[in-house]
Amino acid sequence: MLRAMLAIETRGLCRRFVSRKGTVEAVKGVDLQVADGQVYGFLGPNGAGKTTTLRMLSTLLPPSEGTAVICGHDLRTAPERVRESIGYVSQGGGVDVRATGRENLVLQARLFGVSKTDAFTRAAEMSRRFQLEDFVDRMASTYSGGQKRRLDLALGLIHRPRLLFLDEPTLGLDPQSRANLWEEVRQLRAQGTTVFVTTHYLDEADALCDRLAIIDDGRIVAEGTPDELKQQIGGDLVTVGIAGPAEHAERARTLLAALPGVDAVETADGDRLRLRTKRGELLLPEVVRALEGDGLALQTLMLGRPTLNDVFLRQTGRSLRED
Amino acid sequence: MGKWLRDAMLMYDRNITLSLRSPIWVLVALFQPICWLTLFAPLLSKLSDVPGFPPGGGLTVFTPGMLMMLGIYSSAFVGFGLIPEIRAGIIERFQVTPVSRSALLLGRSLRDLTVLLVQGALLIGAAALLGLKADVRGVAIALVLVMLLGLLMSSLSYRLAIAIPREDALAQVVQFLTLPLVLLSGVTLPLTLAPEWLQRAAIFNPFAHAVSAARALFLGDLGNREIGIAFALFSLLAPLAAWRAVAAFKKSAA
Repeated sequence: MLRAMLAIETRGLCRRFVSRKGTVEAVKGVDLQVADGQVYGFLGPNGAGKTTTLRMLSTLLPPSEGTAVICGHDLRTAPERVRESIGYVSQGGGVDVRATGRENLVLQARLFGVSKTDAFTRAAEMSRRFQLEDFVDRMASTYSGGQKRRLDLALGLIHRPRLLFLDEPTLGLDPQSRANLWEEVRQLRAQGTTVFVTTHYLDEADALCDRLAIIDDGRIVAEGTPDELKQQIGGDLVTVGIAGPAEHAERARTLLAALPGVDAVETADGDRLRLRTKRGELLLPEVVRALEGDGLALQTLMLGRPTLNDVFLRQTGRSLRED
Repeated sequence: MGKWLRDAMLMYDRNITLSLRSPIWVLVALFQPICWLTLFAPLLSKLSDVPGFPPGGGLTVFTPGMLMMLGIYSSAFVGFGLIPEIRAGIIERFQVTPVSRSALLLGRSLRDLTVLLVQGALLIGAAALLGLKADVRGVAIALVLVMLLGLLMSSLSYRLAIAIPREDALAQVVQFLTLPLVLLSGVTLPLTLAPEWLQRAAIFNPFAHAVSAARALFLGDLGNREIGIAFALFSLLAPLAAWRAVAAFKKSAA
């Protein structure tokens, strides 16, 4: 029963590439469970194995090892059934620029077995929904980046798939088109479509995804809802700057570590101290009182919530923003 | 089978539409053989008395050779059309649909053969205007033969394009492979004029048999042994090459 409610379930999914220089293991045993109707984010730096995993899940690349069940169909034994259930929008899209938008849409629908009349009806529906109507009969070579992206999305959805794969959907889009795409993804979720989206934008993952997995060097290093992942960091972060010589900072460290509710004290950004706590707001006045009581001069005090970047930093030892 | 045919026809229609959108390329491919016909074939008029020159006069000897050359060159470069579509992600988008992989490729080949048939007919029409006299049934059978040859060459071309998805490298490889095959098939001057070692080497070149067969067909010598040899060779090689190309295509993104 539980199985039927999963859009994606993988076990030990691996992919090796053999070249003259040797074997490269791009994906090293990925276990995923994506429930029906979720927007699931797949997060990781370039080269982490995001696209390789996506290509395996969408039947483009056979796994070297492991199993995957997509919409109830085994990836290895029933790839055709998988293809019937999924939509796939690759990073570069796949619009044929020598044809019109409508021709692209009609052919795409027909490749899924839709009759000619129905294919035209659906193409019209899609061009309404994605605001392509004004230019749908023009050659796609004349489209702007945002227009092409909307056509990509329409092509991925024209056969009404249960599950949509989006590979870096907002890469290279202007802020307006990006916001529109987010809105479209939210609407898809409202309609019950499962969306599996890879991204390396943390704000995107945070704003859009019900759950997410972080992949690094071919392995899943963290999985959960954005809030769960941020809570794993240990609640809030209080950053304290102390004026004066280094020994003052050392004294402050001992003092603050002893405060009730402080889970850990770390050194951050050189001479500042970072406290992990589950009760940030309540801790602030106590920090001030404790430092004043010991005659230490407080220079700066900051309360912050962990971001997905902190999660990423903790799991991979790298900041995603550096990419 | 019904689904396969439907898929293949969808791809055929799409590719024909694209070809009709730029019909100039159909004519560009014809330019070379027509140049040969008008600018080179007249040189043969005095040669027809030379011992070893096949019967039938200049154009009747020359046009079948040009037909086969058209079949080789027009088809050898079809792989170039696949590369930008792979790069643009169009092929990948098709491959994630339930469309049959073999229909995806063979629908294209079918378009290539249609283009070749039109080109062949135009070439023979041009030769007729220049004064070609040939056996009508033989010409029709020669067109069937050139289609088989075209299927072989286009399949090889697609196979190569999948292995080498870069236009510059592919151009080198195709030129490298086709030139000796063309020279060693006697398309311009009949191999009956060639020294013995060259004639012996040509026995192993299927295109040489295609050219000999086409010459016999144009003359109306329908019982000629070369016709049987050519059809046997190409009915074997063309499906084999098509099958290999489809296998490579499936493997390229299984």
